[in-house]
Amino acid sequence: MSDTVQNYVPGEYPDQPPPIGQRGIMLWLKTNLFSSWINTLMTLFSIYLLYLIVPPLLNWTVFDAVINATSRAECREIDTGACWAFIANRINILTYGFYPDESQWRVNLSFVLLIAALVPVLFDNVPFRKFGLIYAVAYPFIAGWLLLGGLGLEPVGTDEFGGMMLNTIVGVTGITFSLPLGIALALGRQSHLPIVRTVSICFIEFIRGVPLITLLFVASTMLNYFLPPGTTFDLLLRVLIMVTLFASGYIAEVVRGGLQSIPNGQYEAANSMGLKYWQSMRLVILPQALKVSIPGIVNTFIGLFKDTTLVLIIGLLDVLGIGRSSLADTKWNGLSNEVYISIAIFFFIACFGMSRYSIYLEGKLEKGHKR
Amino acid sequence: MKKSTLFSAAAAAVMAFGSTVATAATLDDVKKNGELRCIVSTGLPGFAYTDANGVYQGFDADFCRATAAAVLGDANKVKFIPATGKTRFTLLNSGEGDVLWRNTTWTFVRDADVKTTFVGVNYYDGQGFMVPKALGVKSAKELGGATVCIQTGTTTELNLADYFRTNKISYEPVPIEDSEEARKNYLAGRCDVYTTDASGLAASRAVFDNPKDHIILPEIISKEPLGPVVRHGDDQWSDIIRWTYNAVVAAEELGITQANVMEMAKGTNNPEINRMLGTEGDLGAMLGLNKDWVVKILSSVGNYSEIFNRHIGPDTEIGLERGLNALWTNGGLQYTPPFR
Repeated sequence: MSDTVQNYVPGEYPDQPPPIGQRGIMLWLKTNLFSSWINTLMTLFSIYLLYLIVPPLLNWTVFDAVINATSRAECREIDTGACWAFIANRINILTYGFYPDESQWRVNLSFVLLIAALVPVLFDNVPFRKFGLIYAVAYPFIAGWLLLGGLGLEPVGTDEFGGMMLNTIVGVTGITFSLPLGIALALGRQSHLPIVRTVSICFIEFIRGVPLITLLFVASTMLNYFLPPGTTFDLLLRVLIMVTLFASGYIAEVVRGGLQSIPNGQYEAANSMGLKYWQSMRLVILPQALKVSIPGIVNTFIGLFKDTTLVLIIGLLDVLGIGRSSLADTKWNGLSNEVYISIAIFFFIACFGMSRYSIYLEGKLEKGHKR
Repeated sequence: MKKSTLFSAAAAAVMAFGSTVATAATLDDVKKNGELRCIVSTGLPGFAYTDANGVYQGFDADFCRATAAAVLGDANKVKFIPATGKTRFTLLNSGEGDVLWRNTTWTFVRDADVKTTFVGVNYYDGQGFMVPKALGVKSAKELGGATVCIQTGTTTELNLADYFRTNKISYEPVPIEDSEEARKNYLAGRCDVYTTDASGLAASRAVFDNPKDHIILPEIISKEPLGPVVRHGDDQWSDIIRWTYNAVVAAEELGITQANVMEMAKGTNNPEINRMLGTEGDLGAMLGLNKDWVVKILSSVGNYSEIFNRHIGPDTEIGLERGLNALWTNGGLQYTPPFR
């Protein structure tokens, strides 16, 4: 039948779909997984590895896991998988440490308020940002009051802090205070004033030349030799100071890298506009230098957050310390996988969050410089 | 430059003064603070660990409580300071803790050179070896070329070197930090042998999935007298710790228990019990403590056998026998001078 063949006006012939191997999932598979014999081999090998790893892992973590039990022996009787009952049993001290039960709402509240304080600082398109920023400046005092008590709240000693709460406090404080201090040190190192420059260089080199663990050890034990007998100096405060100083030394070097990447012309241009030193820094140099330094800064912060587990050395029980000391409970002895995996999840969420934010920030500031 | 000069000057000052700084009367400090700062292990099954409520439990933890009960009259006024094998003496000497109940072996060097004072032995231990049955080893002398999991900063590390040198056998140490890490490494086969105090081996083995697949070798290669430690130079404080421990042992000897101590404190016809419990004379005052200090200890933690059985005895998961730690009257070594 000749009239089944349709005749089209030239240029109006409808596009035919590409052949089956050139579109959709087949194309994707072909280009990404089976583009050459070596890739095909690697794909098959990876699938085999996944087959080996994923089912047992799922069985252990989900299908054979036990959520309700009162001891490890009971867990083993019920099923062969992970004994999450241990974590459920310890979640309170893993989160709050030794913080009194009846006051734990204060920790929760300060965490919620922390999020509220971070949002206006981290994102510029939130409503009422100006008030948010004022609140963010006031936040450390509010949190200090909530966590430590006093002025109408039951006082809680810093030695009762522990678990994830301690990691978060040390991490957040270190990050918040080390950034301005680090920028100041970086500017100090570039300064033309010899005293400022020498002091900055000495400080940075000292901090970078000594491991954090040594500094913490000095803070916890050696300090008592130097201070007059009888003075007590809160251990957590010492740790916070040391962690902040440590991070600021590294931030200073990261920011210096950013400062040196700014062409001299920018400095000269700022000067020729009649800007004073601080004006030129604030308006011209630092916005560019910091933008370049973002990945390095966030890298330092992620490292700092993970380093908060080192406080175990000096007798503060962070989440890792609590986990380890819980493991010595004979009722639950031997469940280290469960504990370490849970702690790893906590750190992953925090560090991955920081990393995503850094990518968001880089994307936002990347106006017209994309290569 | 400025900073590092300051630092080295300060370090030199520390060298010069040694640990003689924080030796003011510890008793006064403890009373003033209203809490005893007690250094314990970061986690050792049966001896010190945190329970679900974040409370320290265990054999050593109970001795901390006994001390607090004696000094402050309240067993709960303890601040536990967790320390690893490497940091424990530094924490004690810098004054971050008042007493160390952390299954610490009494040795010559630690007593004389580390500037600490050992005041007793609350647990007699000895170092042993655990191997998987499949290894087919019957004696420690057959361990030539074995990889050995060993905790760093402990006496066991040194004993091991001595023992293998004496017997001219080679070994490869695998350094680890705590008992949990040892368990993992040992079970994963990264070391053939796990060595530590025999109590620790028993505690670890008790919670293996297949305890019967592992044997503890017959050789006990060292003496490990584990006891409380205080700083050099505060005799009153070391007396308090020594007699806290003695009171706990004497109570077992005299049949005073947590249950009957209140009854006995009303007066008995045994003068030694009466002296201990403060119904006759005032021994407490000689230590700078209250008259009822022993009553407070026993009513809060009980006597030696009660503490032992609660945490590490045959009815617990750890299941240790009294052995050397039986009273001297039962063929053990636990012995106390008289309360007179």
